[in-house]
Parts: sequence; C-alpha cells; structure tokens
Amino acid sequence: MSNNVLVVAEAQDGALKKIGFELIGEGKRIADKMGGLVEAVVLGHDVADILGPLGHHGAEKVYVADDPVLANYTAEGYGSVLARLIKETEPTLVLIGATTQGKDLAPRLAARLAVGLASDCTGFEVQDGEFYITRPIYAGKAIATVTQATRPYMATVRPNIFAPPEPDTSHDAAVENIPADIGDIRANVVDMMKEAGERIELTEARIIVSGGRGLKAPENFTLIEELAEVLGAAVGASRAAVDAGWKEHSYQVGQTGKVVTPTLYIACGISGAIQHLAGMKTSKYIVAVNKDPDAPIFKVADYGIVGDLFKVVPVLIEEFKKMKAEG
Amino acid sequence: MNIVICVKQVPDTETKIKVKDGQVDHTETKYVVNPYDEYALEEGLRIKERLEEGKLTLMTIGPERAKDALKSGLAVGADEAIHLVDEAFEGSDPYSTALILSKALEKIDYDIVCCGKQGVDEDHAQVGIILAELLDVPHVSVVTKLEIAEDRKSIVAHREVEGGHEVVEATLPAIITAQKGLNEPRYASIKGIMAVKKKVIPEWNAEEIGVDKDMAGLGAAKMKFTEVTLPPERVGGNVFDDDPVQDAVKVAHLLRDEAKVL
Amino acid sequence: MFNPSLSHEQKALRELARQFAQNEIVPIAAEADRSGEYPWELVEKAHAIGLINVTVPDEYGGGGLGHFEDCLVVEEIAAGCAGIASSFVTSSLGLTPLNIAATPEQMERFMKPLCAEPALAAFCLTEPGAGSDAASIRTIARRDGDFYILNGTKRFITNAGQASLYTVAATLDPTLRHRGFVVLLVPADAAGISLGKEEDKMGQRAASTREVVFEDVRVPVESRLGGEGAGFHLVMETLDKLRAEVAAMAVGVARAAMEAAVKYAKEREQFGQPIASFQGIQFKLADMAIKIEASRLLVWQAAWMADEDLRNGYESAIAKCFAADSAMQITTDAVQIFGGYGYIKEYPVEKYMRDAKLLQIYEGTSEIQRLVISRWLLK
Repeated sequence: MSNNVLVVAEAQDGALKKIGFELIGEGKRIADKMGGLVEAVVLGHDVADILGPLGHHGAEKVYVADDPVLANYTAEGYGSVLARLIKETEPTLVLIGATTQGKDLAPRLAARLAVGLASDCTGFEVQDGEFYITRPIYAGKAIATVTQATRPYMATVRPNIFAPPEPDTSHDAAVENIPADIGDIRANVVDMMKEAGERIELTEARIIVSGGRGLKAPENFTLIEELAEVLGAAVGASRAAVDAGWKEHSYQVGQTGKVVTPTLYIACGISGAIQHLAGMKTSKYIVAVNKDPDAPIFKVADYGIVGDLFKVVPVLIEEFKKMKAEG
Repeated sequence: MNIVICVKQVPDTETKIKVKDGQVDHTETKYVVNPYDEYALEEGLRIKERLEEGKLTLMTIGPERAKDALKSGLAVGADEAIHLVDEAFEGSDPYSTALILSKALEKIDYDIVCCGKQGVDEDHAQVGIILAELLDVPHVSVVTKLEIAEDRKSIVAHREVEGGHEVVEATLPAIITAQKGLNEPRYASIKGIMAVKKKVIPEWNAEEIGVDKDMAGLGAAKMKFTEVTLPPERVGGNVFDDDPVQDAVKVAHLLRDEAKVL
Repeated sequence: MFNPSLSHEQKALRELARQFAQNEIVPIAAEADRSGEYPWELVEKAHAIGLINVTVPDEYGGGGLGHFEDCLVVEEIAAGCAGIASSFVTSSLGLTPLNIAATPEQMERFMKPLCAEPALAAFCLTEPGAGSDAASIRTIARRDGDFYILNGTKRFITNAGQASLYTVAATLDPTLRHRGFVVLLVPADAAGISLGKEEDKMGQRAASTREVVFEDVRVPVESRLGGEGAGFHLVMETLDKLRAEVAAMAVGVARAAMEAAVKYAKEREQFGQPIASFQGIQFKLADMAIKIEASRLLVWQAAWMADEDLRNGYESAIAKCFAADSAMQITTDAVQIFGGYGYIKEYPVEKYMRDAKLLQIYEGTSEIQRLVISRWLLK
C-alpha cells in the first residue's frame, strides 16, 4: 500500500468542480505528513483539456478515463473504473467531494471494495499512520471523530470547508489514461432538466441570502433575489417558506434541506429555529434581519438588525451597490 | 409486486443532544421513526395503491423498542413487518447494517426496496446504497419522484442534482433512497392503529439469517467512532436595534471593513 | 386493579391526535378565532383518520372505542384549539343519545349515514329561558297522529348550521317539567328549521354557535329516542357520559397554555436573566402542572367509569368542575407570565384564556357541578 492520497475530481458541464481543488489542497497536506503524493482521477468524456488545473493546484499525477460511456455519471460505471484503479494503485486515503454525485458514488464504491466510508467530513488528523476524521452528526448538533479498520481509508468531504491552494501554473501533473471498463449498467440517466437560468449552488456558495416566513408572501422573494444579485450570492429559503410553497425544496437550508457553509449567510425574516440553524450555523459570518428582538437567530448572528426587513433590505441593497461602485 | 421498506428509529429531532464520556447519551431519548424512512414508507404505500396490487413488508434492525417503528408502519397500511433483533447486531456500522439487511432480504421476495436517504442521527447516508451493491442490484438515491413501468420490470426516478433534476431509469429489482419532497406521508388512522394489535411481528436473529460474529456488531465495524464532542457554542455578536435604515448602513460597512467578506 | 398507564394502542392514538392537532389545527387556529369561520376541511380530515365518532359502535361506522380513548383524542384536539374540540365533542353529544337509546332501525337510519362521511350532529337542549334549569324547557312536541309537531327556540347551539342532524330535547307539556321530556332526531334539512345569526362569542370562536328555531317541524314518531317522558333521563345520561370529554378539553387548553408559558419563561430575559429563574414564576408553573396532572387523572377516572357503565355523576362532576376552574386559573396565569405580550393577539395565550372561560359555563356550570357533588355527599 502506498502513502498516496487519491482525489476523485468531479467534472460538470465540461469544467472541474471547485471541490476537487479543495480536496487536492487538503490531500497534499495529508500526503506530505504520510510521506506520499497527492493524485487525482477524472472520469468523463472529452475531458483532456480541463485537466491542467489539477496539476496547478498540487496534484502530482492525474488518472483519466476518457470515454463516451463515461459521459454521464453512473454509480455502477464510475464505481467499476475507480474500484479497479484503487485496487491497482493502493492509495492510503481516497477523498471524494460530498456532492450529489459523490454521495451517490462513494457508498457503492466503498461497498465494492468492502471498506469503511466516512461521510460528509470536515477535518482530517494524521497520527501514527492512523487517520482521525471529524464529521458532523445529528445535523451538526454533535461532532464525531472516526477511524477506519480497512484500507484504503475513504471519505466524502463537505464542500467549502477547505480552501483551495493558490494555483501554480508552472506545476504540471503527469497524466495517465486508464481503461473505461464499466461493466453492466442497470441505472441510467435518461434526461437532465436544468434549472432555468444560472443558479449558484447553495452547498458551494460563498455568500447566501435566505428568506423566511417574515417575507409574508412569495412575490416578496424578489427582495432576497435582488440582494443576492448585488452580492453575487446564492438564494436560500427557510423550511417555512418552502412548506408554504414559495420556493422549491432545492432552496431549503436546514436539517431536512441543505447544509451550507458559506463565508457569509444573510437571514431575512427567518426566526432561527433549531432545524434551520442546523443547516447554516457553521457559516463564517451570519447576518440576521428580523423584526422580533427575541428571535433565536440573533443568538448566533455576528451582526443582527432588529427591524422590518422591508425597510432594512432595500437599504442594504443600496448600500452594497454604492460600495460596489466605489470599488 | 413485493415492496420492502427499511425503517429505523432515531432520537426525536427536537431533542437536545447530550454527550457523556465521549459518546452520545441516550438515557432520556425519545425515539421516532426516521423522517426519511417515512417518505420511503409512504412511497411504498402509493406504489401499492397505484398498481392496485402488491405486498408491503417493513424491516427494521434494533432492540425491542424498534417494534414501535414497525407498528406505526403497520398502522398506516403496511402488510407485514419483520424485526431483526440480536445482541450481535448492536453497534453495527453502515456496512454491517446493510449486510444484515441483505441477508434478511435474501430470505424473502422483493422487487423494490425503499430506504430513507439517511438516518438523521448519524447522517451517514450509506446503508441504502451499500445494500444495493451487496445485493448486486441498481440503486437510485435521493429520489424525489418515482414511477413503476407498465411491465413492472423497471422504474423511472427523478432526483435533485446541483443545478437541476436528473431522470434515471433503472431495472428491477432495485433500491431507492427517499429524499424529502418525494411525497407527503399520510396519517395513520384510529382503525389502522387498533388493527395492529392483531398483527404478529416475527423476530429474526443472527443465526436465522446467516450473520456470523465477524459480520456485524462493534467488532466487525469498518468505521469506528472514537469520540463524540459538542461543537463550540456559537456566540452572537452585535445586535443593532436603533433605526432600521441606519443599522442597515452600519452593518453593510462592518461587513466590508470589519469582517472583510465583501 | 388500578393502572393509569396507557397501552401501546392508546399511546399511538394519542400521538396521532397530537400530530393532527399540531399540523392541521394549530396553523389555522388564530385565523379561525379571528374570523369565526368554521374550518370544515378539519372535519373532513378528522373523519378520514377516525378522530371523530370515536365512541360510535364499529358496525355503524364509528371507532368502536371507549370514552377513555375519546378523552385522549379530545385533550390533544383541544390543545390545538378549544373551539374545534368543542365542535367535535358537541357532535358526540348529539350522537350519544343514539348510542344509549336508539333502536337498530334508528341506528341504521341516522347513525350509519352520518358516520359514513364527514358530518356533524348538534345537541339542542338550552333555550333562551332554560339554561341551568334544563327541566324548564318550553320547546313543545305536540303529538299529531304519526308525527310530533315541533315548535320552539333553542339558544347557544354549537354546530348549528354545520350539523346534518339535530338531537332535540322537547317537552310534551311544560308543566310536567322533566317528566314531559322527549328526545327527537331531526334532520337539518327538515322543513320549518331556521337559524339565528352566528353569536359573536368571547372565545371558542371557531365553533359555530347559533339559535335554532323550530316552526311546525314535523318529526315522525319513529324518530323519537326512547319513550315519552323518558327523555330527561336520556339527556342526563348523555351529559354524564360526555362530561369526561368536556373536562378533557379543559385539560388540553390548560396544557397548551402551560407549555407556552414554560417556553416563554425560558426565553424571556429581564433583570439579566430568564424570568424562569424567578421563584414567583416557578411557583406559578408548578401550580399549573399540579392542576393539570390532577385534572387529567380525574378525567381518566370519569371516562373509565363511563366505559364500565358505572354511574359516574359524582366523579364526572368533580372532573369537569375541577378541570374547568383549573383551566381558567392556568390560562389567566399564563397570560400573566407573558406580561404585555400575553395581552396581544400575536401571542396565543389570550385566546386560551378566552376559550377557557366557556368551559366553566357550558355543559353544566361550575355552580351546577358543585350542587351535584354536594347532593351526592348529603344523600
């Protein structure tokens, strides 16, 4: 078994997802401690041109399976290719982004290799050749540290936790093509329905503006969208807003929605019920706007404004626009 | 059509989590059915109703109290329930849990197995998918819509992905894991609750399903917990309650100059 | 053998009612209270899962369960909204005389269709001039061949306008007082029935309360429950059998008020600490809990006796009197704990206080209950 770390870098719409670089950064830190290297693997079709940044961010080697049969992700197909690669290269740790694809792939891959898997991890410690991996449980109400009895270690990693390293364009990774033996595929994507318009994915966003019951009506979400646009932010919603039918479930932040870790989370008209906090309280900075001074959200907000959001948010929008113009 | 639903109990999500000696303290815990399993169960009931035929079997692994999860499933209309119970199962990790379920499933007929996407206690989100690999059948995870094909040989499932929706076709038998939004779970009825009294819930132990000591329990875990801690309390910062307009301007500037996030 | 623990099914049933109350009733309770409009969709939903008609025999489409189970359900519904609970309990009041005295033919003709779909009954006893003095009713049932001709005015009738069936207490001759009573089953669409305006009540406003006027309404003799002159006993037995449910409503309202007060006391800070740390508040909360636990056990006892067909006039009067008086005290104290916020409609406790008051008045005032209790003691 080597001391290398293997990062499964996910591509979407012809580009590598940011999480891949985050994992290479963290993977390199771990590999250095283990005396090994960080390597990456990309599966897909027509991906030759997008591999450069993996080396720039620190990968020593990139394995590529480039084949029409891999154009669309399938758990069985990608799982087969990766299982074979892992058996051959014997990394000590495999890191996969905890994206929808990663969360679907990793358990199947781990089961195929009959190894343990730590899901949605937020931290890695190396001690005497063992990994101590931290991950949230009970929707983040507690933190667990886990180890694994099997090799390689395998973990899916929460996006936005590790900062991607500064790219060094002079550092290139060696590229090795691997076979695309996918075996029998019994579950296939037959259609993809894209969201109308560009929507920043909540779990990957740096800034999020969320709206809740305090907006009073679905049409008032335009306020949230305007503020988000000025800030280049993603739009989120509380469970109350989703249950009321104002926004679809994919916008929901919270225990039964998405868990987000942005640098800045702005909650407008959201009371801050425990279920919602579970989804956003690890944000770096939290701003809350609510007319109820006793709203629980103020207990976790770094900056809280007690006031009518219909007065406050337009002022925020104006102020941010001004600041943007100033440069 | 044989539909199997895997359910489990989790601590009530309203509960405050207590940690003692590096482990979660369950001494005062109230248990409920895992919310995602309720979507799985409801979908099973709807499949049965739409096809106007089928048998719905519930399965759970757990101590005696796990029967409550089975009883509440029977009360909404499941036909049968099987309780997998054995000291040897305790402390199983996701792999072992899936292995136990796979052994039990080998003893019955199944066309589709519905699981919740994750247990809201340990949030692994693995069992359903591992189960599919162990049974060598396809899976579709985080399903938000499910249709059974006319010929009952395949399914079409919708799932949420970043930036949109995917539509996946899979052959049966298959495993699906249920996501919120798949359906609205129904209430039980008084009649359903009273009818459960007459139902017999068989108990299957490790030996009966062919699970050896090295396949389940704490000893066999591929992933082990070494410690559980509580996260640091997030301390609130400044709450401004003077004039909404002035406060808004103030905070905007603080975000740029103090927090430096803009 | 005394065993106040609940069976698995009883716990499940109570949990079902609790979920229903929290998910379906609580979100609309404040608006229903404000508008006074009856939320009929709740009847449809409750009917679908069996939360109404709980004590009607199984073979006629009811739950076939006892008053004990009914009380478990009613407490939860009332914790959601006392007005809604009152409507459901009143429907039981209208149907219980059939449970007691109907012939199989009457059960087929009235009970079965009523239970087959979402529907309510109403109980017509009170009149403008006959409240506590129930025996002084003046609604006349004059025999005319195979019919009774019904004339009179009933006041404060819950479910008037929603009910499909009116169970009416009338008299053959007012001078006979209780010996002249007769109980008639009158379909709501019978000719000659008119309804007064909706009463603008202090509380329990989700329930409809109106005057019902009977003008030459023809009621077939076959629609009479029990014998002529036996009606008063039937009415009293009905009230006895349902009194535990009325007391259960009081427990539900009181519990909702206490839970809200506990939550508020933990969050509200004054003088640098949560007000829950002040003994004055702690004592109030403890007194609430004491009264609620005691009320509930009294309810369970009265309900159990009703199911065992034991005469429970004494026990049920104690339960109703204690639970209703306690609920009034508890809801008032809850408003007090909320302080200024307790006085405004944005917070739920002022509604609980308004709702609780009626519990001391209807289904036998607290004063009447005390008379009943003292009569037992002084026998």
